[in-house]
Amino acid sequence: MELLMASAIGVMTAAGLYLVLRLRTFPVILGLALLTYAVNYFLFATGRLVVNAPPVLRDGVETYTDPLPQALVLTAIVISFGMTAVVVMMALGAYLTARDDDVTLPPEDSTEREGGA
Amino acid sequence: MSHWIVVPVLLPAILAAVLTLAMRYHIGLQRIFSVAGSVVLLAVALGLLIHAGTGAVEVYELGNWPAPFGIVLVLDRLSAVMVALTAALALVVLLYAIGSGWDARGRNFHPLWQFQLMGISGAFLTGDAFNLFVFFEVLLIASYGLMIHAGGGRRLKAGVQYVIYNLLGSTLFLFALGTLYAVTGTLNMADLAERAAEIPADDSALLRVGAMLLFLVFAIKAALLPLHFWLPNTYAEAPAPVAALFAIMTKVGAYAILRFYTLIFGPDLDATAALIDKILLYGALLTLAVGMIGILGARRLGRLAAFAAIGSMGTLLIAIAGFTEASTAAAVYYAIHSTLAGALLFLVVDLVRERRGATAGALVPGPRLAQHGIITALWFGAAIATAGMPPLSGFIGKLLVLDATRDMGAVWLIWAMILGTSLVAILGMAQAGSVVFWKTTESTEAAEAPPPQPALPLVACFTLLGGIVALAVFAGPVMRYLEATAAQLHAPAAYIAAVLGQG
Repeated sequence: MELLMASAIGVMTAAGLYLVLRLRTFPVILGLALLTYAVNYFLFATGRLVVNAPPVLRDGVETYTDPLPQALVLTAIVISFGMTAVVVMMALGAYLTARDDDVTLPPEDSTEREGGA
Repeated sequence: MSHWIVVPVLLPAILAAVLTLAMRYHIGLQRIFSVAGSVVLLAVALGLLIHAGTGAVEVYELGNWPAPFGIVLVLDRLSAVMVALTAALALVVLLYAIGSGWDARGRNFHPLWQFQLMGISGAFLTGDAFNLFVFFEVLLIASYGLMIHAGGGRRLKAGVQYVIYNLLGSTLFLFALGTLYAVTGTLNMADLAERAAEIPADDSALLRVGAMLLFLVFAIKAALLPLHFWLPNTYAEAPAPVAALFAIMTKVGAYAILRFYTLIFGPDLDATAALIDKILLYGALLTLAVGMIGILGARRLGRLAAFAAIGSMGTLLIAIAGFTEASTAAAVYYAIHSTLAGALLFLVVDLVRERRGATAGALVPGPRLAQHGIITALWFGAAIATAGMPPLSGFIGKLLVLDATRDMGAVWLIWAMILGTSLVAILGMAQAGSVVFWKTTESTEAAEAPPPQPALPLVACFTLLGGIVALAVFAGPVMRYLEATAAQLHAPAAYIAAVLGQG
C-alpha cells in the first residue's frame, strides 16, 4: 500500500510539473489540478497509512488513525478548489480579451499604456 | 485574555462581507465604511503595539481550545509592529485609491481590499503553521482579485502568471507542512519548536527537508532570487494603489522567514543550524544586485518601481540572514522603511502616469505634467528614500544593516554590494527622473488649462513621505522598540511558554 501511495503521489507530481511548464493556460491549469491531487494524498499519508481503524478515541479499540490530516486535507481541498475556479476564470478572461491562450506576456509596446485603466 | 488580538482579523472580514452584501452598488457608502474600518483597524493596531511594548506575549485561543490542540493567535512585539505597519499603510493607500478614483474603475475594490487586510493581519498574528497557510491563501485570493482590478489584456495575463506562480507556491507550502507534521506530529508553531528540538541531529533528514521546503515557500513570497520571477510583471501591471499595498506582501514572506528560523529552526537547533543562512545571504546579495540594476535598466516607470521593490527586499534579507539580535532589529527597521518607500514610489509613478497622457510610464521625454513642481518634489523624495540617501530613513536603515553585518564572514562582499548597488540605484533614479521631469517636450495643447486635480492623492503621498521623515527623526525611540523586538525573537522560550501555558 505504501508503495502504491508513494508512486501515485510521485507520478502525479511529475505529470503535474510537466504540464505546468507548458505554454498554454489549459495544460497549466490541468497540471495545477494534478499537483493539488498529489499534495492532498501526501497530506493524507502524513498521519501514517492505517486501514479500517477509527479516527476517534473509543473504548476497546487499540489502533487509531490520525484524524488531523483528514481535517487538513479537507481544508486543502476546499482552498485548492476555490483557487482552481479563480484561475480558470482569470485565464478565460485573459483569453477572451487577448484572443490567445499563451501564458507569456507579449513584449511591451512603448505606445501601450502601462498600468492605466 | 484580551479579545483585541482577534480584531485585526475579524473587523476586515466582517466589514468585507457587509460591503459586499449591503452596499454593493453604492461606491460612496463603501468608501465611507472602508475608510472608517481602516481608521478603527489602525487604532486597534496602535493599541496592540503599545500593549506588546510591555514585553508580554499575549495568546488568544480561538474557540477556547488550549494549544497545541486548538489554533492560537499570538501577539508579540514583531507581530504588533507588522500589523500596525499594515494598518497605517492600508489607510493611507486607501485614501489615495479613493482620491484618484482607482476604486471606482472596477467592481468590489473595497471588499477585496478588506479581505486582503484580513489575510495580512492574520498571517502576522497566527501561531499555527497550518493557519498561516490559510491566511496566506486568504491574502492571495484577495490579491488575485485586486491585481486584475479595472481589467485590461496585459493586466489579466500578468494576473494569470501571478496566480499560477502562487498556486505552485501554495502546493509547495502544503508539502512542507505535511512533511513537518509527519516528523513532529504537530503544527502549532511553539509546539513545533519544542518537538523539533527533541529530534536527534543524525535522524533529522525529513525535518531538514521540511525546513528547506518552507524556506522555499517564504522565499517565493519574499521575492528572493531566483524565485522572484512573479514580481516584476505583477507589480508593474497591477493598479498603483494595489501595487503599493503589495509592498507589505513581500514583507509577509520576510516575516515568516524571521519567525520560523528564530522560533522553530533557530540558530541553536543542531539539525537545521546553518541550513539556510548561507543560501539566504547569497540569494539576498543577488536579489539586491538584480533589483538595483533593474532600476537602471528599466524602460518604464512601473518596472522601475517593481525592481526597486526587489532591491529593497535584497537589503532586508541580507539583514535577516545575519540571525543576530542587531541584524534582526536592523531588518525590521529596514522593513518598515522599505514598505513606506516602496508604496510611495508606486503612488508617485501612478501620479506621473496619470498626467502624461499617451506617453504614460515609458521613460521617454513627454509633456510637462500638471502640478509639475509638486510631483517632481515627491519623486525626488521617493528616489532619495529608495536609494538610501540621507536625510531620509533609507540611509539610517542601510547604516544599521551595514553596522549589524560587521561581524559576519562575508562582510566585505556585503558592504561592497550594498554600497555599490546604492550608487547604481541613485544613477537609475536620477536618469529616470531627469528624463521624465526635465526633458519635457513642448506640449501641443499648451493653451488648454490643465484640468483641476484632486488633492487627496497628493495628501496620501505626502503622508507617506512624512512617515519616512518621521521614521528618520524618531529613529532612536523606534530602534529601542525594535531592539527589544529582536531580543524577544532571539529568546523564544518566553513565546513557547506563553503559548503552551507553562508561563
